[in-house]
Amino acid sequence: MPWFIKAKTERDSRTKLADEMWIKCQQCNAHVFKQDFINNLSVCPKCNWHGKITAYERIGMTLDVGTFKEINENIRPDDPLSFVDGKGPYREKVEQARQKTGLNESVVTGLGKINGTFIVVAVMDFRFLGGSLGSGTGEKILLGANYSYDHKLPYIVFSASGGARMHEGILSLMQMAKTCAGIARLNERKIPYISVLTDPTTGGVSASFAMVGDVNIAEPGALIGFAGRRVIEQTIKQKLPDSFQTAEFVLEHGFLDMIVNRGDLKKTLSYVLSFYNR
Amino acid sequence: MERELDFERPIADMEKAVQKLKNLTGDQKSDLSDQLDELQKKLIERKKEIYDNLTPWQTVQVARHPQRPVVHDYIDLVFSDFIELHGDRCFGDDRALIGGFALIGSEKVMLIGHAKGHSVEDNVNRNFGMARPEGYRKALRLMHLAEKYNLPVVTFIDTMGAYPGLDAEERGQAEAIARNLTEMARLEVPIIAVVTGEGGSGGALGIGVGDAILMLSHSIYSVISPEGCASILWRDASYNAHAAEALKLTSKSLLELGVIDEIIAEPPGGAHADPQRTADEVKTVILKYIKKISSRSPSKLVSKRFEKFAAMGKFTS
Repeated sequence: MPWFIKAKTERDSRTKLADEMWIKCQQCNAHVFKQDFINNLSVCPKCNWHGKITAYERIGMTLDVGTFKEINENIRPDDPLSFVDGKGPYREKVEQARQKTGLNESVVTGLGKINGTFIVVAVMDFRFLGGSLGSGTGEKILLGANYSYDHKLPYIVFSASGGARMHEGILSLMQMAKTCAGIARLNERKIPYISVLTDPTTGGVSASFAMVGDVNIAEPGALIGFAGRRVIEQTIKQKLPDSFQTAEFVLEHGFLDMIVNRGDLKKTLSYVLSFYNR
Repeated sequence: MERELDFERPIADMEKAVQKLKNLTGDQKSDLSDQLDELQKKLIERKKEIYDNLTPWQTVQVARHPQRPVVHDYIDLVFSDFIELHGDRCFGDDRALIGGFALIGSEKVMLIGHAKGHSVEDNVNRNFGMARPEGYRKALRLMHLAEKYNLPVVTFIDTMGAYPGLDAEERGQAEAIARNLTEMARLEVPIIAVVTGEGGSGGALGIGVGDAILMLSHSIYSVISPEGCASILWRDASYNAHAAEALKLTSKSLLELGVIDEIIAEPPGGAHADPQRTADEVKTVILKYIKKISSRSPSKLVSKRFEKFAAMGKFTS
């Protein structure tokens, strides 16, 4: 083997090893020891940047150990429009997403406890087709709400989504109305509904169940908004500031109750729920 | 100024020929009148043929036709004694989304609709029917008023989408739409939603949670515009026609997908060819649904609406 190829291979394997051990913070560019980052709930210890986490990681850090019981885990996408775009059929994308994530849909739902209080929880996972709102996603979020309604249990939904799922066309749009119809019934029965908006919560998800919590909580720096930055810039023909559509921006304009660090979320949720006099 | 679409050119040519013949014959009966009748008959057949076979992308163009009737045309042609009610009581009055008391036949209703215009000036004034949060909040205020006065709500949907602007984001476009979806789900009066032109995503749905959802035959209703979809999923905006096809956004597709209750037939040549006839049909169908839905008790109304939306979507389990 010529020396230059050998050197390259060695370098590659060294880079790979480095990638496995270190991660680069997307906000402050600091190199952080990966295990430290994970131990810190995937939050940069240097600048408090909140990285995206999986649904099960979220469940693990929020619910009491061993209390989570998943429901409706077999619901998965169909292909109602037989949708094919420039990059191939929707069916294939779904299969890839399922294999990559081990999930069946962009949300995981179930029952569990937070500091001893029974709750129903729905946690979106951005890795599954960008956390998009498919028919299965909407169904699971509605069924979670229905469980809350039937058993008078508080409902907590963690959003992480780019919005509607174009590949399911109008049926995706209708999930906005469907999920909100479920939340509306909770209001009628005076059952708490808390929305936690994580990075990102945009489009059809921000314009439905994510924005109508009794209490809306967001993680620091989360992207939260309705229309995409590029669309708005093209419409108004001006550059938007970096702070635009951050959790801090949305709090300042009155659409969030608070921004809470990931490490304090469980405590905060538990405290808010303690004010529910059933 | 009349504008014709590419596929309408044969119609326009025939219409010109008819006009020419009419000018020739004048008021008198002549041997040309047989020819004229024949030509007019053919014209109607040709219109019907073209409009029965529109592609989804052609339908998008018809739905956006500058002469297509807008809410103010329907206010004149379908309703009587409309009294506009202004303002959201929070921030301002959105001219892109209007509403007020109106009579349809002898039925008193609350009418709410996106307001596109026909002229550029009118469209600029009404932001091309793209509402801001204050528009959706006004709509919700009027729906609650309808509930208090026990009036059915009739909504006319015709918008590219909710306005994607800096001010709209600052004032909570997402929250305004989300609030409407949540409140409309439990409103204790009938809601009848009619898509008359463009049903543009969340901006359309924000007044679209109905007990009955109706669509004019050449209107469209979609989660995203074909242009937006093409640029995201094909990375090329020239794939508009592909995207329009893939999104299944025509009235026929939506009926098949179980999203809408009925298609309101447009006359040959589309709604813009005969607004009066279109309006008559719209009126008949709305009255039919008001009659049908008004018999439900408030609790039945709300539970049926919940069931309707709970059943939407297709997944595997």
